[in-house]
Amino acid sequence: MSRTSNALDLHVPAPHARPGDKPDFSGWSFPEPGETPKPELDASAAELRDFAYGLIRVLDFDGNAIGPWAPSIAPEALRRGLKYMLLTRAFDDRMYRAQRQGKTSFYMQSFGEEAISVAQALALNSDDMCFPSYRQQGVLIARDYPIFDMMCQIYSNARDPMRGRQLPVMYSSKKDGFFTVSGNLATQVPQAVGWAMASAIAGDTKIASGWIGDGSTAESDFHTALTFAHVYRAPVILNVVNNQWAISSFQAIAGGESTTFAARGVGCGIASLRVDGNDFLAVYAASRWAAERARGNLGPTLIEWVSYRAGAHSTSDDPSKYRPADDWQRFPLGDPIVRLKAHLIGLGEWSEAQHEQARQELEAEVAAAQKEAESHGTLLDGHIPSPATMFDDVFERMPWHLRLQRQQLGV
Amino acid sequence: MDDPNAIPATAGNAVPMTMIQALRSALDVSMARDDKVVVFGEDVGYFGGVFRVTEGLQAKYGPSRCFDTPINESGIVGIAVGMGAYGLRPVAEIQFADYFYPGADQIISEAARLRYRSVGDFTAPITIRMPCGGGIYGGQTHSQSPEALFTHVCGLRTVMPSNPVDAKGLLISAIECNDPVIFLEPKRLYNGPFDGHHDRPVVPWSKHPLGRVPEGHYTVPLEKAAVFRPGKAVTVITYGTMVWVSACAAEETGIDAEVIDLRSLWPLDLEAIVASVRRTGRCVIVHEATRTSGFGAELTALVQEHCFHWLEAPIERVTGWDTPYPHAQEWDYFPGPARVGAALKRAMEA
Ligand SMILES: Cc1ncc(C[n+]2csc(CCOP(=O)(O)OP(=O)(O)O)c2C)c(N)n1
Ligand SMILES: [Mg+2]
Repeated sequence: MSRTSNALDLHVPAPHARPGDKPDFSGWSFPEPGETPKPELDASAAELRDFAYGLIRVLDFDGNAIGPWAPSIAPEALRRGLKYMLLTRAFDDRMYRAQRQGKTSFYMQSFGEEAISVAQALALNSDDMCFPSYRQQGVLIARDYPIFDMMCQIYSNARDPMRGRQLPVMYSSKKDGFFTVSGNLATQVPQAVGWAMASAIAGDTKIASGWIGDGSTAESDFHTALTFAHVYRAPVILNVVNNQWAISSFQAIAGGESTTFAARGVGCGIASLRVDGNDFLAVYAASRWAAERARGNLGPTLIEWVSYRAGAHSTSDDPSKYRPADDWQRFPLGDPIVRLKAHLIGLGEWSEAQHEQARQELEAEVAAAQKEAESHGTLLDGHIPSPATMFDDVFERMPWHLRLQRQQLGV
Repeated sequence: MDDPNAIPATAGNAVPMTMIQALRSALDVSMARDDKVVVFGEDVGYFGGVFRVTEGLQAKYGPSRCFDTPINESGIVGIAVGMGAYGLRPVAEIQFADYFYPGADQIISEAARLRYRSVGDFTAPITIRMPCGGGIYGGQTHSQSPEALFTHVCGLRTVMPSNPVDAKGLLISAIECNDPVIFLEPKRLYNGPFDGHHDRPVVPWSKHPLGRVPEGHYTVPLEKAAVFRPGKAVTVITYGTMVWVSACAAEETGIDAEVIDLRSLWPLDLEAIVASVRRTGRCVIVHEATRTSGFGAELTALVQEHCFHWLEAPIERVTGWDTPYPHAQEWDYFPGPARVGAALKRAMEA
């Protein structure tokens, strides 16, 4: 095609740094911790507009909690939060390695993003319903779901609660308020809105929390969810975990180049906040604010959590092919575990020695659970649930054709 | 040319290629010949796709000819339709066939019907590539074979290659075709032929003649089947991975089956099917997709309509079970050579 001097040109966003380049976060600027005011719960979406473009921060890098968003939270609760984050990280590390050892087919870590799911789980009531993506294992862990059961799911072994049907990490636990994880992106977000609407229809007091990654916000289902949440003032928190990457594509490909993901809510008339997702206190405080708002019939809140995907997308992925190797080390919002630890130490409620001891104990807990889980088999050793179970649950009662097919399989 | 499968000498030297490399070569050749060919999809640009089919194309042709898209399949198909309306030849990738569903409206209501509803004023000369099928422990959202959902739609062409030589030639045909083409890639065949024996070492394409692919431009015609394995006793109608599984079942049972690789699922090569079934008098239809209302049902009806008086046995269907594709029980789900072999025997004994 020939080009003239006034030829149009297609813009395709490109990140600052690719493999071999120096990681470059120089363009990033944030408000200081404590700088962002805390609005009234009944503030209108229009009054809240700027919150979608700023960044709510509480913790500075010396561990001080600053400003109106600093939550009143007992040190004991903070220590629990820290331990859940450590447990999540230790769990991820073990399961990642188990996959590498061939014991299962697939794994996805939440490395670097632990504060978001853990702090929100602690800010919600235990019977509030979460509609997670595949990276919210922290919610299950912070709700004390047994890591043994999670491992059995990952191994598709004889004790797998999902009976080997589901890809690893696709957990489900209704009693723990954890909706069955879908492999199809974004589908859970309108479902969270529907669940919240149902709670309102029924005159209940429970709220819902929907989760999605930055990349997946491009799916139509996300925008559908915003519209429905606004129309019915659904008691729901819509979480966008902006970890900057969607497999190999960076957040500008998802539409974050000249705006924010929180800003998606502004056009829909939804209260929208942008929050430091590696700041445990900010996550807790913003989640509490949104939950109280939902419980007060004041409607939905969209929250963009700014974080960084420290690890690979999954075990099927090699990030060194598309981003600089030491990216995460230079990410300006740091490591959520290190930051909460510094805060607790600053309060005089924690020490390096206690931290090291907790880390070791949690790693031992994970190792013990792993041993126990592996005693019931792994995908590698073929101790999987009977193929006969494959035909269950397609329908409530098995129709003739599935009985016939099960017979034909000879199981 | 008498032999529709003959590849002209102008296609260049044949070199070893995996199916991934053959598909890449098809895109490369097409982009080099025609600057209207553009390639896009999730992770397709810089990274080169999660299966690396588009690796190197952005570096070679620039980001306005090969680029990453937002994660939105309806958008991916929708922009392809718009680009096609402008006059480009877009090749869109859906990362896994399991993820085309959000794009279904753009495929079914738009791409497939543009020509009809505008009386040829607008057309959708687009190719939508998507990896399909199981065998990689992908669970229910990385294993599906949704071909019947496409063959049911009037106005779509649906294609599925079974080897690198066909993959390249068919993809070039699809790109050059003025109709919308759904191009399904059996991902289990990406790196080597696969006969269903998952417990045996993977055979690389470099060890197989169909892994020797001409480097230049050539086409494999749409609507033409290939006789993958000639035989006299029974006709197996199949496509994709199941071509290899069926041929393996024929070897293992010693039944002299003729294995027909459809290549184009719709519109298909009826003549090839009818000629073979009338000759053998027996027919087994094999696909990996679930059974009920699967493409095998259409094939069964066609064989019944055109070969009824020649049939000596009931038509057999071997398919995946009518359940979502399970993760751990993958090999109990997958219709391997034992299941195909049993059907061959039933067809012979009837
Ligand atoms: C409908 C659909 N399209 C594509 C995919 C393939 N896919 C799986 S994860 C992923 C990236 C998602 O990125 P993001 O939403 O940022 O979440 P993150 O992985 O960073 O947590 C893609 C493209 C899918 N699972 N579902
Ligand atoms: Mg992401």
